[in-house]
This record gives sequence, C-alpha cells and structure tokens, in this order.
Amino acid sequence: MAQKVLVLVGTRKGAFILESDGNRRAWALRGPYCDTWPMNHVVGDPATGRIFAGGGNEWFGPAVWQSDDLGASWRHSSRGLAYAAGETPVKTVWSLAAGSGGTLYAGVEPAGLFRSDDGGESFIHLDGLQQHPSRAEWNPGGAGLILHSLVLDPDDPDAVWVGISAAGVFHSADGGRTFSARNRGTRADYLPEGQNYPEHGQCVHCVVKAPGMRHRLYQQNHCGMYRSDDGGASWQSIEQGLPSSFGFPAAAHPRDPDTLFLVPLNGDTAGRFMPDAKAAVWRTRDGGTTWTALRTGLPQQNAFFNVLRQAMATDTLEPAGAYFGTGSGELYVSADEGERWSRVAEHLPAISSVETLVVEA
Amino acid sequence: MPKLPESPGAAVRVRLPAHLVRLFPDGETLVEVEASTVRQLMEALEARWPGMRDRLCDERPAIRRHINVFVDGRRARLDTPLAPGADVFVLTAISGG
Repeated sequence: MAQKVLVLVGTRKGAFILESDGNRRAWALRGPYCDTWPMNHVVGDPATGRIFAGGGNEWFGPAVWQSDDLGASWRHSSRGLAYAAGETPVKTVWSLAAGSGGTLYAGVEPAGLFRSDDGGESFIHLDGLQQHPSRAEWNPGGAGLILHSLVLDPDDPDAVWVGISAAGVFHSADGGRTFSARNRGTRADYLPEGQNYPEHGQCVHCVVKAPGMRHRLYQQNHCGMYRSDDGGASWQSIEQGLPSSFGFPAAAHPRDPDTLFLVPLNGDTAGRFMPDAKAAVWRTRDGGTTWTALRTGLPQQNAFFNVLRQAMATDTLEPAGAYFGTGSGELYVSADEGERWSRVAEHLPAISSVETLVVEA
Repeated sequence: MPKLPESPGAAVRVRLPAHLVRLFPDGETLVEVEASTVRQLMEALEARWPGMRDRLCDERPAIRRHINVFVDGRRARLDTPLAPGADVFVLTAISGG
C-alpha cells in the first residue's frame, strides 16, 4: 500500500503541513492553519488520522484545534480546559499526546495536565500536578512554567511522564491523579555548589521514550543529556562525545531503542545556536555511548539558528525519516536516518514543533 | 419592579471583532442579545455560538486580559450592568508581534 508522509509543523503564527509520498523527496507546503494562532504542538493520531493542534492566542486564550481531513478544515475547543475559579488561568496549550482508545492528553502553561475522552471536544483536569507537595517550589523556565513533554506508555494506559520547565520530570502510574518526581541523576548547574542534584527543579527540555524497551527514556536537559533504563527512576549522563551539554530537542528512532537524534546548541549563555555556526544533527546508534555528527546538506557556515524543544521528529518508514524545524523558520528533512539532509521549507514563522503522520496515500 | 441582577434583560446591541467571529460557523459581527449584565451577555453569546465565552473570558472568572468590553463608551467588567438598548463593543487589545 502506497503511503504519504505529513510533517506537522507548529509555528508562532499558525500550523503548517508539508506532504510527500513515501520517497520523501518532493514536498508540498500548505497552511497557515488555526487562524494563525501560535501553535506550540501539532500531532497526528495514527489510529484515526485525526490531527490535533495545541496552542493559545493572546486575545482568545488556549485551545486545541482538530482536523478530521488532514488539515483541509479545522475546528477548535477549550471546553473544560481551565483551572478552578480563582486560579491563575490556563494561558496556552504546550503539548499533546494521543493515547489508546481515542484518549488525548494536553499539557498546558502554567503547568498542568488535561485529558479528553471525546476526541478533543472537551477536557477534564487531572490535578495531580497541582497537588504535588513540591508545587509551590516550582520556578518557570525562560518560556514559562510549561508542560512541554508528554510521554505515554503504549503498554500501560495509566502511565504518563511529563517534563516541566523548570520543575523537572514527573511520572504518574494512575493516569495523572498522582505524580512522583523522576530526576535522580540529572544536574541543575544553576543551583549553588553542593545542591546540584535536587529531587526536583531541574530544567528538562525534552523527554522521549525509546521504542521496544518499556523502561527506556532519553532526556535532553538544560544541563546535560541523559538516558534512563528504569522509567526515569534514575538517569545516567550520555553527553560525552557531544559538542555541548545544552540543547532542546531529542527524537527517538521508530524501531531501534539504541538510536537517538539530537541537535546540541552552543550553550545557554553563548547564543543558543549551532556550535561554531555549523549545523549538525548528532546521532547515537548505541544508546548514547558514542555520537556521530551528521552534516551532509546542512549549512556549514553562518548557521545562527536554534531548534526548539519539540521541533524534531522521526517518521515510521524504512529507513526512518528525520525532521527538524528552526527558530528562523526553516524545515530540514532526511529520508535516510540523518545521513543526508535537504531544506524543504524556509521563511516560515519561528517553528515550535515538528511531528509526523504517515497515512495511506 | 426592578429586575433581579442576573435576570434576563432587555435587548442590547453587541459588536464583535471579525477575527473572533470567524472562529465560529455563521458568526456575525453585529448581534442583538437580551442581557442585563456583561456576564449575561457572555452567556447569551455562548448559547448562540458554543465556545465563544471561552474565547472572551477566563476562569478567574474575568474578561480575558487582552479583550476589552466597552458599554456605552466605558470599559466594563463582567458585573457591569447593561441598560436596555445599550451599545456594547467587544474589542481586542493591541497585542502580539
């Protein structure tokens, strides 16, 4: 059966979709969608083909947009996507994850988790994060107190990991009713000497789950790159061999739990762009023991762009495609697991997120 | 006999911003609704276009920070009363980049 690949792009000014056949050589761009609202995360549910876009508008507040026809038409809802009366209002949606049985999770700013059981028409608040004993001590990161990483477990519908800047990683085993911190082994270099490994307060940038290994996670942090083989209970540094311990996104391979893609930046106080202004995606094939820079087709001079926390993805084809979008509105594609890259869009608004959806042509 | 504060009121005229209205099927920029407070006005808009109240109000509850509602030329809050025949403007504040 012929397949086509949709790259779902969230930007500061709407959602865009790039589409190609399975060869992933020629791409057609369409958009902007969602009335040019800032869209922090656009995802596809492979089970239904439905596309969801989460974001918020300075005037009109947070909402989840959805399309049942691969982006041709959209509607939006924020029914139930609110805290209790008197609380600081939900500002915007930052992350989405489609689970089994049509469940949709939404992470928001200020950090909180919501679930929809009716395909995004309405939401209920899962208040375990608000009730966490450490909540009053959470400090926002540069983009706010945002729940940007939302990781589900295909083997356990009640399990969910969240990454919150700058509170850290938390895990729920009961569908979001209660959470426990999962930050052991991750550094907070910005805290006083001797206090650099707290229980919470780490500036996590991206958490992804490896395929085929139930308890393996990877984490790009403000302060280092990490792997966990016990569901986040403990983390070990895998940053040796990388040009920098700082970066935002991470993207897992669709089938190989030892393969991971990163885009390290030059440092948090050094401009946060490509190291030496030369663009590279870094790939490991051995779970982070060694790293290889992939540069073919990427600009090797004057590359002063960044790639944000949700702006890199892979697809499910063989070989896997890899994708990333830049803060300066360029989208790069590799159809061969990062060996060769092509720029397939430029001059887009600043890209917040990149995801893929593979459907039958 | 005076109306109860939250009882249905007389008709008021409401002008809505175009970029709000286009979010809703069959939205209109000039509507008449029956309301005696701005809060009731929001409920009337919600009844006509489900979801519109969430675009204009947050859960404090209050009119959203970058939305302004003017009643007969004066900036209003949710509890601002509406006289029969009042002119209401819903406007988006300067915002964005």
